[in-house]
Amino acid sequence: MAYDKFDILTSTAVPLPIENVDTDQIIPARFLKATERVGFGDNLFRDWRYNQDNTLKEDFVLNQDKFSGKILVGGKNFGSGSSREHAAWAVYDYGFRCVVSSFFADIFRGNCLNIGVLPVQVSAEFLQKIFDAVEADPSTELEINLQEQKITLLPTGESESFDINDYKKNNMLNGFDDIDYLLNIKKDIETFAENTPL
Amino acid sequence: MSATKTLFDKVWDSHVVHKIQDGPDVLFIDRHMVHEVTSPVAFLGIKNRNIPVLHPEKTFATADHNTPTINQHLPVADPLSANQLKMLEENANEYGISYWGLGHAKNGIVHVVGPEYGITQPGATIVCGDSHTSTHGAFGAIAFGIGTSEVEMVLATQCIMQPKPKRMRININGKMSKGVTPKDVALFIISQLTTSGATGYFVEYAGDIFRDMSMEGRMTVCNLSIEMGARGGMIAPDEKTFEYVKDREFTPKGADWDKAMAYWETLYTDEDAIFDKELTFDGSLIEPMITYGTNPGMGMGISNDIPMANAVQGGATTYQKSLKYMDFNEGDSMMGKPIDFVFLGSCTNGRIEDFRAFTSIVKGRRKADNVTAWLVPGSHKVETAIKEEGILDILTESGFELREPGCSACLAMNDDKVPAGKLAVSTSNRNFEGRQGPGSRTLLASPLVAAAAAVTGKVTDPRELMEEMVVN
Repeated sequence: MAYDKFDILTSTAVPLPIENVDTDQIIPARFLKATERVGFGDNLFRDWRYNQDNTLKEDFVLNQDKFSGKILVGGKNFGSGSSREHAAWAVYDYGFRCVVSSFFADIFRGNCLNIGVLPVQVSAEFLQKIFDAVEADPSTELEINLQEQKITLLPTGESESFDINDYKKNNMLNGFDDIDYLLNIKKDIETFAENTPL
Repeated sequence: MSATKTLFDKVWDSHVVHKIQDGPDVLFIDRHMVHEVTSPVAFLGIKNRNIPVLHPEKTFATADHNTPTINQHLPVADPLSANQLKMLEENANEYGISYWGLGHAKNGIVHVVGPEYGITQPGATIVCGDSHTSTHGAFGAIAFGIGTSEVEMVLATQCIMQPKPKRMRININGKMSKGVTPKDVALFIISQLTTSGATGYFVEYAGDIFRDMSMEGRMTVCNLSIEMGARGGMIAPDEKTFEYVKDREFTPKGADWDKAMAYWETLYTDEDAIFDKELTFDGSLIEPMITYGTNPGMGMGISNDIPMANAVQGGATTYQKSLKYMDFNEGDSMMGKPIDFVFLGSCTNGRIEDFRAFTSIVKGRRKADNVTAWLVPGSHKVETAIKEEGILDILTESGFELREPGCSACLAMNDDKVPAGKLAVSTSNRNFEGRQGPGSRTLLASPLVAAAAAVTGKVTDPRELMEEMVVN
């Protein structure tokens, strides 16, 4: 599925300074029963957001009015665990377009890139600066510039560059997905398939 | 330059259709497995694009994640689950994909049935929308979990696009001590590396300890590769592998077998091959393991005390949050903690060998009254073996019941949910918060540790019960 183009994102951020946030927290398995990609944002961080009687857990960051925005900032090893793309869908459907962390789990990172959510990996020091700035002043804005591969804390102008390979960068800038690419080389794939041993 | 290659390089490089400058490789996929939870949106995707499944004969579908483990002959009660199962069946039928649904003789957990029917083969590239696809690496395959967008790619083009991971080798020599199983070896490795220690790598397991393991044991180890962040893990195929694979339904026969063997026998790491990272451990030092926290890296030898926050890698806040959820304290001993549930099963420990191990402890003993035990075979084939080997009789005599195959309480999508606050000893793969039901608390362990807990009603070192058995 083609997705929105990503160029420059300027937004406030939601801080979640917890390490090893796993995909079972991002979206628990009991909410994976849909057969279409709709409504997953309602259950983003379900068990951290709601009590078992469905009342809000007031102290969870998504339930605090002062924090909002299109950027989710998480602790180290964000998105570990299951391969469920539903986790990336939930992040997107809730309204986030970018996740910032000092380290991402592999499959979650790939899933984000495949649906147009930009994972931005920064140093542990810069991550701490973001947490400190956003917690001190929730109106703090971040700028994510994909073309320049740069993330900036706007109030201070402090910035850091981040990695993304040229292929995925081009995809995100243009809203292309991998299937478009693969269908274009289908002849090569078919020739290859004829010569596989298994 | 030397042309030496690792096992991983040999299999990966031979499947690259196309290389993209500063981008991923286009990787050809030999075998694709799908289940009901991560496939519907992928099928919807190709439907919307109006394109067919390119190689339906290379894709296999089974229902496992969202299925009940009792009364499978009755209609599935939960309408959402029933709908997901119906969608898989319809999609499989529409596109000509083999479908082993609920009630089918070959039904079971995708990573258990793949090897059982010879879909899993050495040197193959195998993917599935499930992170524990790494299981199939036990056969010297490159096997890893993918997201739903990638499931759609494989359906449409039999390829996915992946940057080539770095190579890591984990060497463990020595013999497994008494009471130690492949699960303990894996939990030990994860406790050393943490849940992110192998992120970005593909792991090869090498050394006597893995050579000596059965294929089932190797599957348990490779299954848990993802829990240290690795995309997958693999073990070079050997006689044991070829013996296991031979004469299964989907393995090559006759001249094709000889041709396949000629390829499979090249699947080992060359002597001088270089790894990006290499780790070595002494296998004889590994104890029966148990986890105490909310990720699989928070594990230790069962007789140890829970580490202090200042002695572990990572932030103290996250660590303390985890212990608070578990209702444990730094410095606590795990031994003797009363437990409520025992789960034997999953793609990690739902094979016949796991039921044999569990039964070796419970034989001649009774299930503790305070324990609810869910014993869930990984497939109908495992279920049949449990009955034919007389294991069911022993379990029944000891007060246990056998359920029907499925993923069950490993991820608790069905009704097999551990209630809030209850403590479960589980042979599955994840102890994340609420993984086995909202508010549930999970201790990951081997089938031997699970059995010891099931008969004593508390966390117990299985070696104590094994000694008693010798005395008796």
